[in-house]
Amino acid sequence: MNGLNRKRLRGFGVHAILMTGVVVSVFPFYWIVVMATNTSQDIYSYPPKLWFGDNLLTNLRHLFAKMDFFGSLGNTMIVAVCTTALVLFFDSLAAFAFAKYEFPAKKFLFGVLLSMYILPTQLAIIPQYEIMVQLGWLGTLKALIVPAAANAFGIFWMRQYTSTSVPDELLDAARIEGAGFFRQYWHVVLPCVRPALAFLGIYTFIGAWNDYILPLVMLVNPDKLTLQVALAQLYAGHSTDYSMVMSGVLLSVIPLVMVFTFFARGFIADATKGALR
Amino acid sequence: MSSSPVAGPAPTGPTSGPDTGPLGQPAPDPSRGPGRRAPRIRPVSAAARPGPRRRVLRHWPQYLAISPYYLIFSVFMLFPVLYTVYLAFQKWDGIGEMQFVGLQQFRFLWDDPVFWMSIRNTLVIWVLSTVPMLFMALVLAVLVNSTKRFTAFYRVCLFIPSITSLVAIAIFFGAVFSNNFGLINAILRGLHLSAVPWMSNEWTIKLVIAALMTWQWTGYNAIIYLAGLQAIPSELYEAARMDGAGPVRIFFSITIPLLRPIILFSVVISTVTGLQSFTEPQVLFGSDASTNPNSGGPGQAGLTTLLYFYHQAFDNNDFGYGAAIVWAFFLLILLIVALNWWLVQRKERRP
Repeated sequence: MNGLNRKRLRGFGVHAILMTGVVVSVFPFYWIVVMATNTSQDIYSYPPKLWFGDNLLTNLRHLFAKMDFFGSLGNTMIVAVCTTALVLFFDSLAAFAFAKYEFPAKKFLFGVLLSMYILPTQLAIIPQYEIMVQLGWLGTLKALIVPAAANAFGIFWMRQYTSTSVPDELLDAARIEGAGFFRQYWHVVLPCVRPALAFLGIYTFIGAWNDYILPLVMLVNPDKLTLQVALAQLYAGHSTDYSMVMSGVLLSVIPLVMVFTFFARGFIADATKGALR
Repeated sequence: MSSSPVAGPAPTGPTSGPDTGPLGQPAPDPSRGPGRRAPRIRPVSAAARPGPRRRVLRHWPQYLAISPYYLIFSVFMLFPVLYTVYLAFQKWDGIGEMQFVGLQQFRFLWDDPVFWMSIRNTLVIWVLSTVPMLFMALVLAVLVNSTKRFTAFYRVCLFIPSITSLVAIAIFFGAVFSNNFGLINAILRGLHLSAVPWMSNEWTIKLVIAALMTWQWTGYNAIIYLAGLQAIPSELYEAARMDGAGPVRIFFSITIPLLRPIILFSVVISTVTGLQSFTEPQVLFGSDASTNPNSGGPGQAGLTTLLYFYHQAFDNNDFGYGAAIVWAFFLLILLIVALNWWLVQRKERRP
């Protein structure tokens, strides 16, 4: 009886510590909502207001007056969707070639791909900026989408999945039917690798949505910013009206959290698998 | 390139006739008997090996499939990285003529107190964030692993900070740690303690940035460790328990050694990402217009090396010096990662 009690007590302690971790992880989201739904005065007053208020609409009205929120949202959407589509297509196609075919210089090319993975993007950013100036892409969304389409991690990830999950028999059957490389890719490989594409898609989308340094450098026109850059500038410019800024932060975080919670389980499992490789 | 391990010996089999006919149709393959169409690509073990040139040509769909990555990578990454090396030896404002200055940029860098301060800031923030982050991640992972209830809930909640945008979280931390109005100072005042000027003191600035990074990545590392813990076979634990090992002994003799590769992974990743902190101070102190928005806050206490790089390259238009900073910084990261690697590997060899 005593031992049972002690065991239960220990279990309780474990959950108490874990719940503390959960509260710390989730608290910012709660507090962002609190700030976004109250006036700045409510939060600055002493003691501060700790519960949701009814000022969200006013905050949003101020926000929309101060920044082109939907324009920035649209830009972010375009960048994230186009980047994701390109990465999914290019990476699954390249992964198919690397996983299921032998061709001269394959190992060398794949080795190049893996070793270049460690190069930090900041090393390239000054010449990238100059290239965009030369191409006339500076200030356009192309300057963000096209460089991001080369994704070594995605090829590596898709290759691992393709080599184990696409049965050779199926490819052989397609070959006997006369299907060439690209028909095999479209009709056999793509349906087989859908789970891996889902993870890579969410991962790329989140990354593109959250990117900051590249848009900061490339988007030189103040009327064509992505959400992250626009919010950072709004914060820098109007740092005292926290409630208004927080309503923008809230709107920028909601889509991401929704996508994530919808796919969370599979996404986390895949993310750890990718890391453990 | 032609010295790839894939390349086989000289052609031995029948190679007469084109491999691919018009419209890319595969030609009949004599080695496969009449009427059979050859697969466009044969495995390496196939008896017939065509000549090197033709071998490359017949694989055109594969090369086409992988070419987008290599094209984009070459233009927007490889060439720029190499060009950055070249730039580091030039003086250039981005518009006028380039001027070769040799090692002058690096000599200046060596004597630049702001550069060294930015390195110190980066290293301090990295240590302040990585050490508690990885320790707490290990504790959380072991705890989640020890329980069977709510594990999915814990995983989702712990993972969610790592997908949140850094800008949103930096703004949040800026608001919560604000000197005058922040929640933290309100709580301190409520407890009759004196408020802390978080955003203007040399050490608390670093602390806030480190706390931000710790908040964002602790759960992620915990989930990674958890996956590693679950891969440890339970028989090992049972055997140890039978031999009379206590929980502490089991933790240090089984859990930690078997988790070592994953710990190494997380240390390397945390080092690489932690040393590259840029967005945190840039957003947090972007409002400090009194000096320069990218100067890293009061006393430049939040000036990380990448922020200094950005400041030199894109505020001062000193592209040559920016290139020198970012290359010196990259070499430093490599050095620290190698040092990490060496330390962890060395521990492994110890009996």
